[in-house]
Amino acid sequence: MARITAGVGVSHVPAIGVAMDTKITDQPYWQPVFKGFEKSREWMKEKKPDVIFLVYNDHCTAFDASCIPTFALGCAAEFQPADEGWGPRPVPVVKNHQKLASHIAQSLILDEFDITIMNEMEVDHGLTVPLSVMYGDMTPEDEWPALVIPLAVNVVQYPAPTGNRCFNLGKAIRKAVESFDEDLNVVIFGTGGMSHQLQYKRAGLINAEWDKRFLDLLTEDPVFASKIPHVEYLREAGSEGVEMVMWHVMRGALDEEVVEVHRHYHVPASNTAVGHIILENKAA
Amino acid sequence: MSMKKDYEDIPGTFVFDADRSREGYHLNQFCISLRLQKNRDAFNANEEAYLDKYPMKPEQRDAVLKRDWNRLLELGGNIYYTSKLAANDGINFQNLAGLMTGMGVDAYRDMMLNGGRKVDGNRFKKEWGEE
Ligand SMILES: [Fe+2]
Repeated sequence: MARITAGVGVSHVPAIGVAMDTKITDQPYWQPVFKGFEKSREWMKEKKPDVIFLVYNDHCTAFDASCIPTFALGCAAEFQPADEGWGPRPVPVVKNHQKLASHIAQSLILDEFDITIMNEMEVDHGLTVPLSVMYGDMTPEDEWPALVIPLAVNVVQYPAPTGNRCFNLGKAIRKAVESFDEDLNVVIFGTGGMSHQLQYKRAGLINAEWDKRFLDLLTEDPVFASKIPHVEYLREAGSEGVEMVMWHVMRGALDEEVVEVHRHYHVPASNTAVGHIILENKAA
Repeated sequence: MSMKKDYEDIPGTFVFDADRSREGYHLNQFCISLRLQKNRDAFNANEEAYLDKYPMKPEQRDAVLKRDWNRLLELGGNIYYTSKLAANDGINFQNLAGLMTGMGVDAYRDMMLNGGRKVDGNRFKKEWGEE
């Protein structure tokens, strides 16, 4: 049977992708950002996931304002990196485990999560930057070492789904994965955040204390964390900090008890606090 | 019928809710069209003619032509959309924030290097002397 063995929380700041694509990661500004992913890349080599279930948000790339699904599951055979206004990222095409994706779609809908099914979709930095930081440099000629099932969550138009809804969706994803026959090692990513505000006069807001408490709660009291109301993210972690609800999908898909095997936190990357955590199921 | 907006007292911030989305629809659809090179080329060749395709309000159109980044947000624009217009002009997210905050690009970058804008004093409009 397929199993979810671990979860990864990670920011997906576009400038991190640009730094990798333009080969400036050893500059003093970027060096501390990437230092914190050295251990993660080793961990990925040991862990060797067959499939990554990747929770992210589209930043008005594949979805414009005409259609705003709260949860959209990628069921296409593959996903091209999108042109977001400055050309597509030079990274490999993202390939799906299509059978598992459609199995999860069915299971979720019967479990009363009315998701949208995407049979064609381009993916933006929200999906490719997490793969890049966790796997390191790749060219378009390479292949990502794992198959990837994308789940796009609306966090652009208020309201994003609640943390509680995301947490419970994570549980339903786990149930779906565990009812799939093929032996597969699945790692789930929750991406976005941490504190940041990109817009208007309060842009640049960073709240390191709040972010660190959020990281602590993911291990210690994830149910409490999943009940944080939207207004607290908006006020304390910046208007774009609400992306962190996506981390609850990841956490909900893990055991109640997890071990934190790695953590990284750094300010700044462009406008954003970079946060990263790796959690393993105790039994795994 | 109305829902209480518990986020309206956050200073210097627009929460992009359904009301803002409705108001900014054509403006945002224009901005996202610039994601594609062929549209960027057409817009850059003749801004006025390109904008004619989008039935936005005159003040929105004016803010586009003037690149009045804050005004665009005040009129229902969302940062993920307006950033496509900025990208077309060669302005990245960080430099756009430098412009929107009125700090300028260098002072903004320095603030971020020093840990960003603190949350203390920036949670409520009344702390900014706004109601
Ligand atoms: Fe994001």
